[in-house]
Amino acid sequence: MAAMTMIEKILARTGGKSSVRPGEIVECRPDMVVGLDLPISTDGGWYRPKKIFDPDRVALIFDHSVPAPSIKDATGMVEGRRFAKEFKLKHFFDVGQHGICHVILAENGLARPGELLVCADSHTCASGALNCAGRGAGLMDTLQAMTKGVIWYPVTPSVRYNFTGVMPPQVSGKDVFFHIAQEYGGHTNTSVEFGGPGLKDMPMSDRRTIATMCAEISAEFALFEYDQVTAEYLRDRLDRPPTPVAPDAGAEYLEVRTIDLAALEPYVVMPDAVPNNAKRISQFKEKVRIDQAFIGSCANGKIEDLRAAANIVRGRKVAPGVRLLITPGSQAVHIQAVQEGLVETLLKAGAVVTNSTCGACFGGHMGVLAAGEVCITASTRNFKGRMGSAEARIYMGSPATVAASALTGVITDPRTVCA
Amino acid sequence: MPHVVEGRVWKFGDNINTDLIYPNTAFRAPEAQQYKLTFSANRPGWVDQVRPGDLLVGGLNFGMGSGRPSGKVLRECGIAGVVAETLNGLCLRNCVVSALPAMQCKGVSGLFEEGDIARFDFSSGLVTNVTRKRSLQGEAVAPLLLDIVAAGGVLPMLVREGYVEATAYVASAR
Repeated sequence: MAAMTMIEKILARTGGKSSVRPGEIVECRPDMVVGLDLPISTDGGWYRPKKIFDPDRVALIFDHSVPAPSIKDATGMVEGRRFAKEFKLKHFFDVGQHGICHVILAENGLARPGELLVCADSHTCASGALNCAGRGAGLMDTLQAMTKGVIWYPVTPSVRYNFTGVMPPQVSGKDVFFHIAQEYGGHTNTSVEFGGPGLKDMPMSDRRTIATMCAEISAEFALFEYDQVTAEYLRDRLDRPPTPVAPDAGAEYLEVRTIDLAALEPYVVMPDAVPNNAKRISQFKEKVRIDQAFIGSCANGKIEDLRAAANIVRGRKVAPGVRLLITPGSQAVHIQAVQEGLVETLLKAGAVVTNSTCGACFGGHMGVLAAGEVCITASTRNFKGRMGSAEARIYMGSPATVAASALTGVITDPRTVCA
Repeated sequence: MPHVVEGRVWKFGDNINTDLIYPNTAFRAPEAQQYKLTFSANRPGWVDQVRPGDLLVGGLNFGMGSGRPSGKVLRECGIAGVVAETLNGLCLRNCVVSALPAMQCKGVSGLFEEGDIARFDFSSGLVTNVTRKRSLQGEAVAPLLLDIVAAGGVLPMLVREGYVEATAYVASAR
């Protein structure tokens, strides 16, 4: 049998084939399908299903607009609850059990190694950190997967990234991703695989950030190899044994690239686009004054991100005229942040800690920008108009860079404010 | 089945993202009004100039970003086909499910001036500038995907097969 990459193996299994090759389109049977609140409350986004393919394999998660900021959102969530009840969904995360879907899926063991996950949110590639194949689907694609249990994917070539070395202090998975986006640009029609000798020292938190952000380089799937770190993270979370995939020895790649993690430094991404739009912070000489600093989203709402921010602002104050907003990725992260004292540290520094939601990241609520304002964000994207006014400017950085910038009021290298 | 469209070209540059195609304000707009917000941040007034049957030529990373129904609103604007230097995979999905054919063609930005007449053959991948009589070979769309386009997109198929209700659920705003 032909040697396969990780994604080829998952598409072959779920497509009922012994092997697949780039260029094919495969019709697959998903292992898990995830619905969200926003499509239901958006006109044209939801056609009531008459049947679903498996109530144990369809999840509904409220995340984008939680708690409801408008009557329309509130009404949409009434419909969501009705749907969950009608079909007796096994996995329903209502307000109170909520969180950003990709965080909820990881925490609750629903993004399982070797499996195929369907969700209409573009950051579904987040599941790749756990060796689970996911990529954003369309609203109607997702409805088809939910009802009929079928979804098509093109089999694309893969680029393989091998990590070596260990990340220096104040360099995070976000900076690793920015480095890849800067050096190699867009990855349209290409899946990415991550492995190599440096992987063993890369915490799950950084892997989750990198996998999530691969949507921003237009990668198809973004899969990390399964290892001890994955197994450790998933301990006591899974309700069935994992079926991880590993690449075959002779698997073919478009290219194999090595990333020396030890040589990296923090990056800043300029407004409006992510690919080929970053600068190493030591080369970033402009003095950019900020109005808002945001840390949150599926990419950076993890407990490790909140710790990074708290460690920088502890005992200090956010600069006058600057708003520092922190949004935990889930209720579980929020509770842990309270237990660890991070929320108190952040609040005393002058930050606002919000409820868990997609919120400010997509310009939905709780942190929308006005015309002329400048934001540095540790979230997913920096598109014009993304976080509110199309006349606002959005820079991107790691949680540490964002926290450091909030203290000084200008975009700042976190290594210069750390004790 | 061959799938060929011919029409007037609108050119867009690199990194046209989903937030430009479908701004977040569209989530709260009635379905019939959502397309009117398309490109309001980068090309205000365009939705009033585009005519049914016009074609769109994009640059690198066309449609990068989120799962917003980019194909649906572009089709509602009147666009009958999309060819870009590189096309985000989720954008391709969203075009196909909404019955808007789309494909990649390296060099397409240089093949056209805005307003030229183009012919896109999605079955063979051939991209022709009818006005200037020159062409390039793009990447043909797979037959399975062209079948979805020919069927009018995924939704009519789901309705026909009895999987979903025929009319959209509308969350009341009052």
